Amino acid sequence: MDLLKIFSEIEKIDGEVYERFDTRRRVFRHMAGLGKTITAATMPVMLGAMFNKAYGQTTGLSADIKNTLNLALQLEYLEYYYYDAGLKTPGLIPTADVPAVTIMRDDELGHINALKGVLGADAFPDPTLAAFDYTAGGKLAPFAAAAGYYATAQSLEDTGVRAYKGGAPKLMANKDILTAALNIHSVEARHSSHIRMMRRTLAGSTNGGDIAGGTNNANPKSWVSLRENGGPLPAVTAPIYGPGTTTDFPGEDNVTQATVNVQNTTTYPTVPGVTFTDALKAAAVAEAFDEPLDDLAVKAIARNFRSAVGVGKGLFV
Amino acid sequence: MSDNLQPRGSDDLTLAQPLYTPIKRRSFFMYAGATAGASALLLAGCSDDSDNNTPSLPKGNSTTANGAISLGSGDVGVLNFAYALEQLEADFYAKVAALPNGSTILGAPAFAYFQQVAKHEAIHRDFFKAALNRDAAGQTLRGLTPKYPAATFTDKANILGTAKAFEDLGVSAYNGAGKLIKTPAYLVIAGQIVSVEARHAAYIRDLVTPGSFAADDIVNAAGLDVARTPGEVLTIAQDFITEKLDGSSVGVN
Repeated sequence: MDLLKIFSEIEKIDGEVYERFDTRRRVFRHMAGLGKTITAATMPVMLGAMFNKAYGQTTGLSADIKNTLNLALQLEYLEYYYYDAGLKTPGLIPTADVPAVTIMRDDELGHINALKGVLGADAFPDPTLAAFDYTAGGKLAPFAAAAGYYATAQSLEDTGVRAYKGGAPKLMANKDILTAALNIHSVEARHSSHIRMMRRTLAGSTNGGDIAGGTNNANPKSWVSLRENGGPLPAVTAPIYGPGTTTDFPGEDNVTQATVNVQNTTTYPTVPGVTFTDALKAAAVAEAFDEPLDDLAVKAIARNFRSAVGVGKGLFV
Repeated sequence: MSDNLQPRGSDDLTLAQPLYTPIKRRSFFMYAGATAGASALLLAGCSDDSDNNTPSLPKGNSTTANGAISLGSGDVGVLNFAYALEQLEADFYAKVAALPNGSTILGAPAFAYFQQVAKHEAIHRDFFKAALNRDAAGQTLRGLTPKYPAATFTDKANILGTAKAFEDLGVSAYNGAGKLIKTPAYLVIAGQIVSVEARHAAYIRDLVTPGSFAADDIVNAAGLDVARTPGEVLTIAQDFITEKLDGSSVGVN
């Protein structure tokens, strides 16, 4: 590795490269001093740190990006500790489902690490399990039985899907961050779909709900249908499927996208023996588009799951 | 506390992570002349002040010099790209939904679900057609002619395998196209559809192999879904489309 050549090449494009590392002389003094102790193995790490210091701070994230990612990070902690606590509760999760819940727990950890990696020193600190109250103030019993556990899991995942969707436009200024967020977003949707299937299995059903959709709180489809009749426990979960703070964020039963009334523009496929009534069309159109949710509405939902410790740590404010 | 957090898939996590901590290193890649990083930046950095009607960029649904159909450029290109994929998906599921013996092949519950997915995909297809006709009159991609390998619709494994491939492809296509979109409202639409495709994908993957809703072949060790460029997606999708498509200007303006 010819360091001098690298710096020389960089200087052709960025004449101020040496100033970024303080002065030219100090760069080389720095190198000379380090040369005695560094090895080939530690060299890339050291170089990375130097460039991070020199260039990293000049590409500071905008407030919009920081706020959006930090809300996402807090939601990821909420999910991670939920799955982790469930896996550590003996007898709660049916044995056959443990691998799936483990995958989801580990995916959430991956999301935490990805977001922390982007946010760096701006990342919201790990709030720990104590910051969360998964009973939502005693209204839910998530750790008593699998049905209740999956019900809340679905609620958390569906909240996350809407939150990432609502936050995406605020990330457009940074293509890499936007792509990473999208790649997390679709994984949350995969999780939700699987949890919904596990809930149907517990309910003794292969397909959720009636065909018009949106009416079965304990027996959901694999996708969000209308407003899900308020979700698993409407007293807590109705806002997860309802409208956001402004008219830009309609509820999950919305059938108008980008001002196109999709229900009326669609040529529906031919299905033997099925007549598509308006009610069936409305449910299908609502299912075909998940809805974004604004950050204020997301935080209001998430605050249900915050303990006194979480309040003290400034979670979801 | 964080010492207790166990990463999925061991060491891979630390290897994959730098891919998703790009901003701090981005400048370095550019200066160091890493071509992949540099060309990606060039594309992403194409300025907003260039005109959508620049003569050198093809219109949607125009014919290229080698006889392919161009998807067009800029956001129109992205919408046509999505419209092409949704045409393919909608056609596939419509054919499954109309199978007289579908219930026998797939079993009644799965057949009922495929019929629901058929509606979702038709809805996506016709939404893009309506949006393109309104926002880019004259540039809407023509109706395509999907084609399938023999026996695609005659046995369960082939139907499920094709559905799985299309859904995962769709998820990766929307995830990869997101950064090419200039209009926030279209980005939101892409997000609204991709999560539904991901729900479909997870359902179908669980039918193929229980518990594979987010398996390692599709979700990486850091817990992130795959993103594909339009070029990568079209290379795969082209096998199922009779017309030759050109997506080289998708998102460019």
